[in-house]
Amino acid sequence: MYGTGRIIPALIIFVGLMTFPIWYNGGKAQQPPELVLPTEYDECVRDTQFMRESHMVLLHEWRDDVLRKSGPRSGVTDRGLEYERSLQKGCMSCHYDKQNFCDQCHDYTAVVPDCWACHLEPTKEAI
Amino acid sequence: MRVLKAFIAVVALVLVALLVAQVPGGQSLLGIVLPYLAFAIFLGGFIYKVVDWAKSPVPFRIPTTCGQESSLPFIKQNKLDCPTTKTQVVGRMLLEVLLFRSLFRNTKASIHDGPQLAYGSNKWLWLFGLLFHYSFLVIVLRHMRLFTDPIAGFVAPLEFVDGFLEVGATTIYQSSFILLAAVTFLFLRRVVRPYLRYLSLPADYFPLMLIFAIGATGLLMRHVFRVDIVSVKELTVGLVTFSPAINGQIGAIFFVHVFLVCVLLAYFPFSKLMHLGGVFMSPTRNMANNSRMVRHENPWNDPNIKPHSYEAYEDEFREFMVESGLPVDKQPEPAPAEPEAGQAAPEEESKA
Repeated sequence: MYGTGRIIPALIIFVGLMTFPIWYNGGKAQQPPELVLPTEYDECVRDTQFMRESHMVLLHEWRDDVLRKSGPRSGVTDRGLEYERSLQKGCMSCHYDKQNFCDQCHDYTAVVPDCWACHLEPTKEAI
Repeated sequence: MRVLKAFIAVVALVLVALLVAQVPGGQSLLGIVLPYLAFAIFLGGFIYKVVDWAKSPVPFRIPTTCGQESSLPFIKQNKLDCPTTKTQVVGRMLLEVLLFRSLFRNTKASIHDGPQLAYGSNKWLWLFGLLFHYSFLVIVLRHMRLFTDPIAGFVAPLEFVDGFLEVGATTIYQSSFILLAAVTFLFLRRVVRPYLRYLSLPADYFPLMLIFAIGATGLLMRHVFRVDIVSVKELTVGLVTFSPAINGQIGAIFFVHVFLVCVLLAYFPFSKLMHLGGVFMSPTRNMANNSRMVRHENPWNDPNIKPHSYEAYEDEFREFMVESGLPVDKQPEPAPAEPEAGQAAPEEESKA
C-alpha cells in the first residue's frame, strides 16, 4: 500500500465522522420523554396516534379556520365532549403544564414551534 | 431504456419496502437489521475500496495541468492549475473538494456562421452540483437531531437557518426543496441532452433516482404522511446506542425512507458515488507537477536488476559487433599478431 502515512489517518477520521452519533451518545441508555397527562379527562379532541403525529396541523387548521375564516370557535369530540378550538383556552386548559407536556417531546426532537412567539404559557393562578 | 431500468429498480425498492413493512417482523427487519447491515457494508466497502486504490502504484507524475507550469523566474506560474509544491496541491484540492472548481471551468462549444467555433462558459452543472451536494450535507447534519441525545449543538442553528422561512406547521426546510430541484436538474440534464443521454448508463440514473426517492419520501414523511417523531427518535437513538426497539406505531413511509437510505449506503462503495473517497485519491489532482525538479523512481522497479549502460553493453558484445560490421564507439584493441588471429576465432565461438 502506498501513501499509508496519509491514507490511514484519513480513513480513521472518515470512520470517526461517520460513526459520530455512536461515540457522541456513548451507548448511554436513552431517556424518552415522559408526559404528564391530565387526570380530569381520558380523551383528547382526536385519538392519541393522530395527536402524536399531527397535532401541529390541527392547530394550524384551527388558526386558519377561526381567525382567518371566522369559523366556529368550538368543536365536539367523537364522544360528544365540547372543546374550545384554541391553543391557550382549549389545549392548555387540560395540558397546562408546558414543561412536562409540550416541551418534553419538542426538546427531545429539537422542534422549535413558533406558538410561543405570540401565545403565553398559562400561569398557575390562571388555572 | 437505461432510464427505465433505473426507474423500475427504484420503484421496485419502494414497493418491496412497503410490502415488507406490513409483514409481521418486517418493521424490525427494515428498521433495525438492514440499517446495521447497510452501515457495515458502507464502512467496510469504503475502506476496502480506498485501500484497494492505495495499493495501486502511481509511477509517474500525472497531474492535469491547466495552466503555466513553474518555469523561468520571469514567467508567472499558475499555482493552482499547475502546482509544484504540497501547499499548492492542498490549495487546489480544497477548491476542488469544497467548491468543485473543475466544474466551474466547464465550457460549451458552439458553431456559428462562418463556420466559426466558439467556446462559452457553462456553469449550470457546477451550480446545481454545488447546490445538490451542500443541501445534501445540510440534510444529513439536520438528521443528527434524531441520532444524538442530548441533541448536538450544531443542529439548532442549522435548523433555524434552514427553516427561516417559517412556513407551515412542520416548518419547511429550504434544503429539502433545493436538493429535490438540483437532483431533478442533474437527471434532466442527462435525459434532455442527446450526447449525455448517449453516455449515460443505468448506473448514472439509478443514484439520482434513488436520492430523489429518498428526498421525496422524507418530504412526504415530514409534511404529508406525518409519523410519530418521538417513536422514530426512540428507534434511531436506539440504533446508535445498540439497544434498538420499535415502540409505538410508525407509519410505513418511514420504513420506505429508511430502506432506500440503506440501499444507498450499501450501494455506495461499489458505485460512482465513491467519488467521495476517490476525489482525494485522484493522481490527476493530488500530485504536484514537479517532475522537472524531483527525480521520481518507479516504485515497482526490481532492485536486483542493475542499470546497464550502453558502454557496458558494448564492452560485453564489442567483438561480435565488430565481426558483424556494426559501428562501435570504442574500437577493439588491435590484435597483437596476425597468425594468432586464426586461433582466437574458434575460441570466441566456443565462448558463445
